[in-house]
Amino acid sequence: MFKLLKYALYDILKSRFAIIYTVFLALVAISIYQVSDDLSKVSLSLMNIMILFIPLIAAVFATTHFYNNLEFIELMLAQPVKRIHVFLSQLLAVVIMLSLSILLGFGLPMLLWGADSSLLTLLAVGVVLSSVFAGFAFLASVLTRDKAKAIGVSLALWIYFSLVYDGLVLYVIYSFADYPLEKTTLALVMLNPVDLGRILMLMQLDISALMGYTGAFFQQFFSSGSGILISTGMLLIWMLIPNFLATRVFRKRDF
Amino acid sequence: MLIFFGFSVEAAKIILKPGQSIQAAVDRAVAGDTLIFSPGVYTASAVTIRKPLSLIGENYPVMDGENKGNIFLIAAENVLVRGLKFIRTGKSNMDDSAAIKFFDSKNCTVENNILEDTFFGLHFSNSSNLTIRNNKVKASATREFEVGNGIHLWKCKDNLIEKNEVSGHRDGIYLEFVTNSLAKENFIQGNMRYGLHFMFSHDNTYLRNTFKRNGAGVAVMYTKNVTMQENRFEENWGSSAYGILLKDISDSKVIGNTFQKNTVGIYMEGSSRIQFKENNFRENGWALKLMASCDQNLFQANNFSGNTFDISTNGNTVLNELKENYWDKYEGYDLNRDKIGDVPYRPINLYSMIVEKIPASVMLWRSFMVTLLDRMEKILPTMTPNEMIDHSPKMRPYDFG
Repeated sequence: MFKLLKYALYDILKSRFAIIYTVFLALVAISIYQVSDDLSKVSLSLMNIMILFIPLIAAVFATTHFYNNLEFIELMLAQPVKRIHVFLSQLLAVVIMLSLSILLGFGLPMLLWGADSSLLTLLAVGVVLSSVFAGFAFLASVLTRDKAKAIGVSLALWIYFSLVYDGLVLYVIYSFADYPLEKTTLALVMLNPVDLGRILMLMQLDISALMGYTGAFFQQFFSSGSGILISTGMLLIWMLIPNFLATRVFRKRDF
Repeated sequence: MLIFFGFSVEAAKIILKPGQSIQAAVDRAVAGDTLIFSPGVYTASAVTIRKPLSLIGENYPVMDGENKGNIFLIAAENVLVRGLKFIRTGKSNMDDSAAIKFFDSKNCTVENNILEDTFFGLHFSNSSNLTIRNNKVKASATREFEVGNGIHLWKCKDNLIEKNEVSGHRDGIYLEFVTNSLAKENFIQGNMRYGLHFMFSHDNTYLRNTFKRNGAGVAVMYTKNVTMQENRFEENWGSSAYGILLKDISDSKVIGNTFQKNTVGIYMEGSSRIQFKENNFRENGWALKLMASCDQNLFQANNFSGNTFDISTNGNTVLNELKENYWDKYEGYDLNRDKIGDVPYRPINLYSMIVEKIPASVMLWRSFMVTLLDRMEKILPTMTPNEMIDHSPKMRPYDFG
């Protein structure tokens, strides 16, 4: 397992993509640090970029990576190693690479110019979102037989979670505005990893506005650590579900 | 005044020991005498003072009210109370039990006292020329109805309220029909309801006070000619918490204040002709909630930075003026380099209107979807009030030091 992971990691870290991605993230972070005059603005701008692009890049990269390495995977499957190890090594390699890129690309500028709790949350959310969407991408890849189709499914998931879903929630909120919606909204938001990441950031950046709630339920959710605890827990579940499903499908898949 | 001065030079000093009756000592004393309290614990309940006396404590002697009614009742001129510690008044709304209660008094000074676990702290009615300085007033009730106001003035004029610390009471400072007074450098923190609460209190000045983490912030009503300068309003969080709530306030000045991390920085309704200048609004949920019932107010040269929403309102009528403010969300350009943006800034965004109508929708704030909606509204304003606009937004924040 570790040997497999080691080679998968070597392979991926040597690729041009890893370097380009890290440099791109670093450039974005550096330019934002240069333009903004205080940290909360930095985390705001970084968050806007992160919520949108990190899932996209994770999804597309993971899918292409899977298909590019399909031959290697097939070769490995012919060897006396466990199926699950072959798959997990590929998956973990992708997740580790994406996370390292974020940690280095965003983290180094933070080391240079300082960070606060919201920026640290941002790093964590970035890592989590990467692994969630890498999981989705692997799931899409093992479910389809065609690279183009798999990329299409990953992109569709990305659009759904970062745009369509919020539109639907907004529609629900608007249609049922006369009813107490606090719990419903919160539950709906829990069902979307991108929204969860965003809520964790909101609790750092806009806590003053969030505390303006009339509902006692919300007050409680936001004021104590329980809000952070629940959303982190949900995010972890979101991290596990697609990866778990992808592993299951892969174990039974016929190559 | 001179006569009084003459008095106090020859006045007797009476030294009290713990266990002696304070009322008896007060009754024996002649006008102008000084009562000196040695350290220790005195039981005191409804000690009534009707002549000019100085009551001075050495090393904070304790006046224990034993949970029965008021501790001192004063109706006189030129009374000085200094260096005493008051604990345990009665807890009753029937007689508004207080540590010291003044009626119909003049030229009195209350300074350097410590008040702990009192129902009302210092309670003044129908008095004038009071100096309330350097008192530490602290209550430890957990619910609003279990406690009265820290410093309570009713129908008083020409007062100075300075450098007091009030915490844990219902209202920190409560003023009703109080005129021509100055409150400065007070530190009002963690009270159940309002940090500062006044009504019908004209011509007062509030200078360099700090109001922090009070249940509902500061609320002021039905008053004209108020000056609020260099105060700090911080961390008032909650569904109905405001840095300041201004209701029916007119002809006033709000200058150089800092509003930081409040749910709502300033909420105003029915207020007119107020000047807001050189204030810092930082990291509030809403910097301003400006209701359509306000008119002729001027917002000039303020800094708005890091607020979730800059301004929200409840109607399309805008009778107020915004100019030369710095808005951190401004994205315009300055081609002629006069440090004033060339395109006007609209401080109300679409989503703040939606949140105003459906509070639960704040959950979607900062999502890609909402950002798109806001962009569209910025390009083609349809829902947001057209006249809420700053024609001369500054490019750089003001440095107020």
